[in-house]
Amino acid sequence: MATLKELAQVNERFVGGHRLCAGCGHGISVRMVLNALDNDEHVVVGCATGCLEVASTIYPYTAWNCSFIHNAFENAGATISGVEAAYKSLKKQGKIKEDIKFVAFGGDGGTYDIGLQSLSGAMERGHNMVYVCLDNGAYMNTGIQRSSATPLGADTTTSPAGTVVPGKQQPRKDLAAVMAAHNIPYVAQTAISSWQDVHKKAKKAFEVDGPAFINILSPCPRGWRYNTPDIVELVKIAVETRFWPLFEVENGKWKLNKKPKKYVPIEEFLKPQGRFRHLFAPGNEHIIKRIQEEVDQRWLALLERCGEKPELPPR
Amino acid sequence: MTPFNRNFGQGRSREGITPDMNWRELTKAGNIYEPGNANTYETGDWRTIRPMWNEERCIHCLICWRYCPDASIFSTDGKFDGFDYKHCKGCGICANVCPTHAIDMISEDEIDEQKEARENEE
Amino acid sequence: MKNRVALTGNEAVAQAMRQINPDVVAAYPITPSTEVVQMFSSFVNNGKVDTEFVTVESEHSAMSATMGASAAGARAMTCTSSQGLAYMFEVVYVAASMRLPIVFPVANRALSAPINIHCDHSDAMGIKQSGVIQLFSENAQEAYDNMIQAIRIAEHPDVLLPVSVNYDGFITSHALDVLEILDDDTVKEFIGEYHPQEALLNVNEQLSMGNFDMYDYYFEHKYQQVAAMENAKRVIEEVGKEYAKISGRTYGLIEAYKLDDADMAIVVMNSAAGSAKGVCDELRAKGLKVGVLKPRAFRPFPHEAIVDALKGVKAVAVLDRAETFSTLGGPMFADVRTALYDLKADIKVVNYVYGLGGRDLRLEDVEQVYNDLGDIIKTGKVDKFVRYLGLRE
Repeated sequence: MATLKELAQVNERFVGGHRLCAGCGHGISVRMVLNALDNDEHVVVGCATGCLEVASTIYPYTAWNCSFIHNAFENAGATISGVEAAYKSLKKQGKIKEDIKFVAFGGDGGTYDIGLQSLSGAMERGHNMVYVCLDNGAYMNTGIQRSSATPLGADTTTSPAGTVVPGKQQPRKDLAAVMAAHNIPYVAQTAISSWQDVHKKAKKAFEVDGPAFINILSPCPRGWRYNTPDIVELVKIAVETRFWPLFEVENGKWKLNKKPKKYVPIEEFLKPQGRFRHLFAPGNEHIIKRIQEEVDQRWLALLERCGEKPELPPR
Repeated sequence: MTPFNRNFGQGRSREGITPDMNWRELTKAGNIYEPGNANTYETGDWRTIRPMWNEERCIHCLICWRYCPDASIFSTDGKFDGFDYKHCKGCGICANVCPTHAIDMISEDEIDEQKEARENEE
Repeated sequence: MKNRVALTGNEAVAQAMRQINPDVVAAYPITPSTEVVQMFSSFVNNGKVDTEFVTVESEHSAMSATMGASAAGARAMTCTSSQGLAYMFEVVYVAASMRLPIVFPVANRALSAPINIHCDHSDAMGIKQSGVIQLFSENAQEAYDNMIQAIRIAEHPDVLLPVSVNYDGFITSHALDVLEILDDDTVKEFIGEYHPQEALLNVNEQLSMGNFDMYDYYFEHKYQQVAAMENAKRVIEEVGKEYAKISGRTYGLIEAYKLDDADMAIVVMNSAAGSAKGVCDELRAKGLKVGVLKPRAFRPFPHEAIVDALKGVKAVAVLDRAETFSTLGGPMFADVRTALYDLKADIKVVNYVYGLGGRDLRLEDVEQVYNDLGDIIKTGKVDKFVRYLGLRE
């Protein structure tokens, strides 16, 4: 495992001067993922429409210190799979000598929802590419609308905390499991609270022969309404409350990467965030209870998949 | 790969693009041929609070470098080497993740006031 | 060396693709162009081409992957029809705007609903303002010839735009026709090796593509596309002349058939132009001064050539195999009529919508059109600008 001293000497492939909001999780996530590539490695980056794309390529400036392509919202998977197919063809014909890696970034909108078909197709076809979902749990670029990654109960602009309906009514889609069901060589869920975890998983994803998928929890200060400097602490709590478990699926084998020792109630994750504030008003306790039940159920299912004893630590 | 020719009357300029250029001078299809040129675009004026380095406390762990969303922590030979104030947006994450509290966030207004006061004294 | 062969339109197009030997093809089957995809995949799996064939899960991904490949620096193609093209619609615009020289055949078919698998041009007309070049083909021979030329047009440095090669679903795509195909080496030499101006896979000259424009640059980048389309008119003719040298067949922006001394003209694209020419010949034998104008390029719209060819006629009927639902007739009618406006020559221009959903265009129908034009010239009156040919009213 490389040290930060070593990693800081690797070429920056996502440079400053981009127009993401101050403290945006995407800047951190993208830098961590691309930092897993060595200086002599070549990469082509694809990107779905979203905050990352519109903030990083405002003509005539690009923050991508590598080759980059954006096509549309729902087709980052298909687009980068086409780049990879071209690489395969030209390499076979001897027209390209270098080894080149391929990675696509999409938000949860471009990945869980509108881009799911394109991503599924690319994964099923077995392209040698990495797809990274930067999950901030809503369509932040258009102004914080709910997605299928939005947590139950969250206040978004299309699932507002109203007097009759208190926020989003549905639990999150289990995207990592959906991707694992494609039987691809590598699927992982990670979070920036452990840079080592992100680094290790990004490295593995780039190294496997075939498609790899990584889901990163990438907080949005605007959409989540937490104190911006607290991002790493908040992500840590997401992992400790089991809201965002760290795991990987290598060639079909599920493995839990971190098992929190204590039982940390979900309130700890909800409380610092404005999007959940209404849940703490009297009469909404049952929603928090439902969120906790969902988190617990998903955790138990995950333990079973990972071959661990499906039990929760005492409360 | 084969020789490139981007000069066919639809995209002469590759560098120094400005909004007064006409359609012939701008790059074809809005392609950008200078990777990473966003670092010539400054976002430092977004900042309302400024990270300040406390040299004595710094252990050069580079956690701040790792968590900066704007790649605005300089490092040389694996050591902390200052902030890139041209790009730092003042999010304050570096100060929060620093295990030795070697980064303080100071209000830009305060810094301006102090600077003004110093100039007045002189 | 020329080879005379019997092929369907789809087979002819697939053969052209084999000879072009693109680096990447990403395609999804849809009636009536499915056979192209099938035949091409057999070329791939039998080692007849060097192509990486991407079996995408939809037409949207077909165009998206083709774009990725083209941007990467590959010669890349796709193929579709009808709903498939409609599903691609969004990214067809992006492909044109990113100036990717993608060639894609379209076997024209009606759009739903009601679902219908037969020929009309609603699919192609849906992308007429997307910025792609649209060539139309009367028969399998022209579909084949257009495919080969399309590569040169698309990749020409003054153009750099996608080119769609249209041919009628079932009528051309599935009917067996006798045609001449060039030998493989002639095609290879004619299209030449592909040298992209930029490529994502060129590690020495990295670039960002598909970037974000504000109002300070977007307008200029759009105008570059207009300029490229203007250039395309010249390039289509140049490539057509060069193609004549290897094939003996000449292609321009339009085909003017017996128009020199004509009083009446029918303007029609694709297979129906064949029927129109047949009727034209019969009426000419009876001494009537009739002609046919067949646009080969619909985008860019060859308005100068059309005006030049029609300037002497007294009445024109534009036959559209698509509706616009504007209540002002079909898409080509609007363009032709607009083009003729500045002549101030009092040419009567009327519209006939025909053949929707594969409805047969009978020779009697074409003859009726000429009769109507004769009446218009005689009376100087047009009682109805837009008529529906073969519709039960």
